[in-house]
Amino acid sequence: MRRIISVLLENEPGALSRVVGLFSQRGYNIDSLTVAPTEDATLSRMTLTTQGDDLTIEKITKQLHKLIDVVKVIDLTDGLHIERELMLVKVKASGDARAEVKRVVDIFRGQIIDVGPASYVIQLAGVSAKLDAFIEALGETAVLEVVRSGVSGIMRGERALRA
Amino acid sequence: MELLSGGEATIRALRDSGVKYLWGYPGGAALHIYDALFRQDDVKHILMRHEQGATHAADGYARATGEVGAVLVTSGPGATNAITGIATAYMDSIPLVVISGQVAQEKIGGDAFQETDMIGVSRPIVKHSFMIRRAEDVAETIAKAFYIARSGRPGPVVVDIPKDVTDPNYKVPYRYPDKIRIRSYQPSTKGHSGQIRRAVKVLLEARRPVIYAGGGIILGNAADQLTRLARQLNFPVTNTLMGLGGYPGSDRQFVGMLGMHGTFEANTAMHHADVILAVGVRFDDRVTNTPDRFCPGAQIIHIDVDPSSISKNVPADIPIVGACDAVLDEMIEQIETAGEGPDAAALAEWWQQIDEWRRRHGLYTAPRHEPSVGSLIKPQDAVRALYKVTEGKAYITSDVGQHQMFAAQYYLFDQPRQWFNSGGLGTMGYGLPAAMGVQMAFPGADVACVTGEGSIQMCIQELSACTQHQLPVKIINLNNQALGMVKQWQDMQYGSRYSQILYEDSLPDFVKLAEAYGHVGLRVEHIDELEDKLRECFSYKDRVVFVDIQVDPHEHVYPMHVAPGSMRDLWLSKTERT
Ligand SMILES: Cc1ncc(C[n+]2csc(CCOP(=O)(O)OP(=O)(O)O)c2C)c(N)n1
Ligand SMILES: [Mg+2]
Repeated sequence: MRRIISVLLENEPGALSRVVGLFSQRGYNIDSLTVAPTEDATLSRMTLTTQGDDLTIEKITKQLHKLIDVVKVIDLTDGLHIERELMLVKVKASGDARAEVKRVVDIFRGQIIDVGPASYVIQLAGVSAKLDAFIEALGETAVLEVVRSGVSGIMRGERALRA
Repeated sequence: MELLSGGEATIRALRDSGVKYLWGYPGGAALHIYDALFRQDDVKHILMRHEQGATHAADGYARATGEVGAVLVTSGPGATNAITGIATAYMDSIPLVVISGQVAQEKIGGDAFQETDMIGVSRPIVKHSFMIRRAEDVAETIAKAFYIARSGRPGPVVVDIPKDVTDPNYKVPYRYPDKIRIRSYQPSTKGHSGQIRRAVKVLLEARRPVIYAGGGIILGNAADQLTRLARQLNFPVTNTLMGLGGYPGSDRQFVGMLGMHGTFEANTAMHHADVILAVGVRFDDRVTNTPDRFCPGAQIIHIDVDPSSISKNVPADIPIVGACDAVLDEMIEQIETAGEGPDAAALAEWWQQIDEWRRRHGLYTAPRHEPSVGSLIKPQDAVRALYKVTEGKAYITSDVGQHQMFAAQYYLFDQPRQWFNSGGLGTMGYGLPAAMGVQMAFPGADVACVTGEGSIQMCIQELSACTQHQLPVKIINLNNQALGMVKQWQDMQYGSRYSQILYEDSLPDFVKLAEAYGHVGLRVEHIDELEDKLRECFSYKDRVVFVDIQVDPHEHVYPMHVAPGSMRDLWLSKTERT
């Protein structure tokens, strides 16, 4: 099962490599990983997506906790949560295709953020499945480049992950 | 406040962290620190002959005393040579602080002379690591390193210090913190009382219980509690290789070591148990045999200070996270207040069964080996003679191989911190330097390293450091002329195709070798001289003695788990199995 794990960790050099190292060392896989400092500059927030049954996720969570730099760990998939991913797509767009691409972008509520003579750069945010669907919907259009941020997630409601 | 350079602050902070002995080896990136060391007397540096030896010796000292072992090495090859010792300590949860010199910060990343990314190289085998960037941070970082190394589940911590940070010309105010607080690190201590209550209920209802106790008992100073609880309940106790001495080895309730080379009675009792109280253990594959065939009928109570150890390999029915001593104390108290013991009749029947197993195939009651005759000395008899001559009171270190298992099986350890070996990593070469650390902790005591001719050669250079630092350890070399444990596996699984386990007459004359280092060398070639030579060995109080005992080159270690299989599936000899 796909899980989204949020980790609050010290914003120290080496902290990220400890988390990444843990996954490879213990044979857990990482599907995506995002990390950046939070409003408190001493802390970073990381979102990881991985696959595993309850037992594996429990092991991963315990191992993450064991890292000295890790302050808090939660499995977002345990409760109500929101997840988002940002994608930038560069497509070939000339002639008739320009209008067609524009129409698909509008349907998906994306934005065209760069317009070249024969290309567009499109920005799209949403759950990962929506981003997949968008690529699918582009159909015949030639996709030149895709950049995805990986999933970021947060709990719904008042509960917050804080140090 | 006193002004100190980063180098001076390093040594001062070691002193203020309680370090008496610093095991190490100098080199370029650590020279400012070595100069600061020269100008003080508080911390005594022990110059070893190899950085691996330094880490093992600090590790031996830590295991013997319960304090944090301290190591100082230079960058590059100094740091990488320390890696095996760090990994050894990590696998056995031994508290170490390893200070490594690093090239100056401006050179980092440029493939400078003797530059190695020590933080990166050591990352998977440390509890934590730090790189110090400013002289101002030295004291605080070292204090944190010691706190992390010793608290919770202990382990090695690396502190990498670039040379510019130790610059003798840049002085900063020195202040050692009184208290360490790390917001992301709060190891649990007390166990959950509700869980303990549930566990006590199960223990009191048990009919075929076994206490399975490991290295956590030793590390957590809980041997006393374990013994009290076991006596209170009249339960049988088995120890892991790492836990030997955690319960008195010569006590009636002790059924011996369990696991791959554990006793028939311990492994069989585990298999048939209805309740297993696992304390400070990690269900290692060398214990469980095939995990999904492990103790099919048992409810498992698992106490450990590290939550990630619980249900890692075998699921626990009642997990209790907490320090072993505190949890056991609370258990003992709850049982006392409960006022009733377990079912005496059921236990009597269980003991009868265990005693019957003991009689049938016990190591001491029905020996697993032929007797020694003439010049055919059985390695088991060598360990038994050692036990007799030292009256069971020596501190014993070991290496890795058959000799290690014979030492674990036949020397009965009555005290915690009496037996030292690399259980987790299985590091050949551990024994001699570890013995030096133990000897440093207990001057005047008998410290013996039970080793093999293969293992001893992995750190034999430390015979020289023994001379320099007056560490009169005794080396008991069970010389079977082969990498015996590998040979045993090749006998059992590879049709006796002896691939690369023989030395083709290239072994040194160990007696002469010992003498070359200024030590006493003794050779034992006949069973009749074994005890006398061992007595002679221990009569040299101030000398290192190397006893080279020529043992049967064809012996195997038994019992041995049949794999895949359950706990009770054992080879009992070359021809019998359960
Ligand atoms: C550093 C290291 N290399 C290799 C091994 C694999 N190994 C395990 S036991 C053993 C043989 C040890 O020979 P010896 O020290 O003579 O002990 P014996 O088994 O003969 O008693 C070897 C090579 C190891 N444990 N450690
Ligand atoms: Mg050998």
